[in-house]
Amino acid sequence: MKKLLPLAALVLIVVTVQIITEWTDTRFYLTQLTMSAYYALLIIGLCVVMGYAGQISLGHAGFFAIGGYLSAALTTHNLVAYQNSALIRMLDGLGVLVSGQDIYGDALIAVTPWAACAVAVVSAAVIAWILGIPVLKLKGHYLAMATLGFGIITYRIVLASEYFGEADGISEVPAFQLLPGLAVSGDFGAREENYYIAWGLLIIGMILLRNLIDSRVGRALRSIHGSEEAAASSGVDTARFKLQVFVLSAVFAAVAGVFLTHYNGGIGPSESGVMKSVRYVAIVAVGGMAHLWGAMIMGVILNFLSLRGVFGSYDDAVFGLILIVVMLFAPNGILSLNWRGYAYMIFRLATARKQSGGKTDGPA
Amino acid sequence: MALLEISRLHKKFGGLHAVNDVSFNVEHGAIKAVIGPNGAGKTTLFNLITGTLAASAGAVQFKGENIQGRKPHQIAACGIARTFQNIKLFHGMTALENIMVGRHLRSRAGFMASMLRLPWSRQEEQKIRGKAMELLELLEIAAYADVDATSLAFGQQRAVEFARALALEPALLLLDEPAAGLNMHETAEIGRLIARIRDLGITVLLVEHDMSLVMEISDEIVVLSFGQKIAEDVPAAIQDNPEVIKVYLGE
Ligand SMILES: Nc1ncnc2c1ncn2[C@@H]1O[C@H](COP(=O)(O)OP(=O)(O)OP(=O)(O)O)[C@@H](O)[C@H]1O
Ligand SMILES: [Mg+2]
Repeated sequence: MKKLLPLAALVLIVVTVQIITEWTDTRFYLTQLTMSAYYALLIIGLCVVMGYAGQISLGHAGFFAIGGYLSAALTTHNLVAYQNSALIRMLDGLGVLVSGQDIYGDALIAVTPWAACAVAVVSAAVIAWILGIPVLKLKGHYLAMATLGFGIITYRIVLASEYFGEADGISEVPAFQLLPGLAVSGDFGAREENYYIAWGLLIIGMILLRNLIDSRVGRALRSIHGSEEAAASSGVDTARFKLQVFVLSAVFAAVAGVFLTHYNGGIGPSESGVMKSVRYVAIVAVGGMAHLWGAMIMGVILNFLSLRGVFGSYDDAVFGLILIVVMLFAPNGILSLNWRGYAYMIFRLATARKQSGGKTDGPA
Repeated sequence: MALLEISRLHKKFGGLHAVNDVSFNVEHGAIKAVIGPNGAGKTTLFNLITGTLAASAGAVQFKGENIQGRKPHQIAACGIARTFQNIKLFHGMTALENIMVGRHLRSRAGFMASMLRLPWSRQEEQKIRGKAMELLELLEIAAYADVDATSLAFGQQRAVEFARALALEPALLLLDEPAAGLNMHETAEIGRLIARIRDLGITVLLVEHDMSLVMEISDEIVVLSFGQKIAEDVPAAIQDNPEVIKVYLGE
C-alpha cells in the first residue's frame, strides 16, 4: 500500500499538469514533457543496471538509436521495387506490410509500425546480449570503455550508412497506431493523447522496475553490487544476472527510441551520439544511482530543461558539468543530500549572525 | 564415503605454494577444524573448495562428485555454503534482505515473474521472507531485521552472514574464523550455535584461531603450516602432537 502512494501521486501530477496546460493555454509544454517521458524511460532502465546491479554503460544511446533507427527505416523505406519477390509476398501474407502513397503520391509499401517495433526491440535485445557476454566480464573503467566503444560504433554506422540516411537521419516516419483511435504521432491534434501515451508507458516502466528491485531478482542484482564474491557463494549466477539486466535495460532504451521516433516523425544521428550516453549516465548519477524515483524525476526535469533550450548551446557542457559536480559533492545524488540539515544550518547561521551582530554592539 | 574428500589439492601463487598437496576427508555430520599459523593457507583452501579460486592441481569431491573446476554459484547449488574471514555483507540492503539472498537457490522467480509480480512469485516471496525471519530469530538479531546490514555492530554482522549461509540449507557449512573479533561471551555463544547447527544435520568445516573453541567443539582437526598438512587427528591428540607444538610455539 505504502508503495502505491508515490505512483498514485505521479498519476495525479501527470493529469494535473495536463489540465493546467489546458487552462493556461500552454499546451506547447506537453510536447517537451512527452519527449522527456520517453528519455526518462531509457534512464530508469539504465538506473537499474548502474545503481542496483553496479555495472556502468556508456553505450545506452546506441540501444536507443537501434530502436529508433530500425523502426524508422522499416516503416519508411519503400519496398515497391521488390513487390514481386517471394520474401515480400510472404511478409505481405503475414500482414506485416502496409501499402499506401508517399508524399509525392507514388505507391509505397513498407513494414507496419507494430512489426517494425518488434524487429527493432528484438534486435536491440539480441545486440545487447551478444555485446554483453564478453563485455560484462569487465569491471569498472574497462566496462565503461568497452560500452563507450559500442556507442561510438553505433554512431559511426548510422552516420555512414545510406540506409539510415547518413547525416540527415530518417524523416517522414509515419504514426504508430497502437490501438484504434490511439496513435503515437506528432500531430498537433494528438498532443494530449501522446502526452498520456508517453507518461502511461513511463509509469508502466516504473511499476515493472520497482517490482523487479523488490524481488528475488532485484536482491540478486543488488547483491552483485554489494559483493560479487558473496553473491556467487550464495548461489547467484552473477554473469547471467548481469547479462539479463543489461538486455532488459537495452529493451527499455529501444522502446523509448521507437516511440520517440514515431512521435517526432524522424530520428537523426545525434540521438546515438556519445554525448547522449554521457548525459544519461549523468542523470542517473544526479538521481542518486540506486534510486529509481530520483532517476525518473531527474530524467524528466533535466531533459525538459534541455529540450526547452534553457541550456542553450552549452547543452552538452551542462551535462558534463553536472556529472563532475555530482561526483564531487553529492555522489549519492542530489535527492539524498541532507536538504533539511542545510536549511537548518542556513537558518542557524542567519539567526546567529543577527545575535552576534547585537552583541558586538554592546561591549565594543 | 565421506561428504567432502580433498585429494592432493594444490594452489600456487607465482612461486608461493599457498596450499601444497593437501588431502583430507570430512565425514557426514562432523565438525572439523582447520588450524594453522597466519598465512598457512586456510582461507585459500576454503576458496579452492568453494570455487572462488581455481586449483593448480588436485581434486575436490563432494557427495562423491568431482566439483573441482565448477563455478562458485554451482558449488553453492551442490550444497556448500560459507562465511568470509573479512565479513562480506551486501551494502545498501537490510539484514533481512541479506539473508533473503541466501534463499536464492531455494526459489525461482525470474525477471518476468518478478516484474509482473505474478501470484505464485508473491507467495514464494512470502516464504523467503518467513524463512529469513526464522533465521534472524535463531541468531537473536530479529530486532535489526530492517537495519542496513553494513551499519550493524561487528558481532551482529557476523550473525547476519551466518544466517545468510544457513539460509541456503547447505549440507556443508564452511566457517572462516567465526569467532574472530568476538568477546569470550560471544565466542561461547558461537560455539553453542555451531553445535546446534551440527545437530540440524549440517556438516561443519571451520577455520579458527581460538584454540579453546576449536578443542571444545571439533571432532577432528587438520593442521596446516606453510600450505602443507602436518597433522590430522582428534583434538586431544593434536594438543600433544610435538610437530604441532613446534609450529605454534616455535622451536
Ligand atoms: N590472491 C592471492 N594472491 C597471492 N597470494 C595470495 C593470495 N591469497 C593468499 N595469498 C598468500 O597465500 C598464503 C596463504 O594465505 P591464506 O589467506 O590462505 O592464509 P590463512 O591461513 O587464511 O591466514 P590467516 O590466518 O591470516 O587468515 C599467504 O602467504 C598469502 O599472502
Ligand atoms: Mg585466512
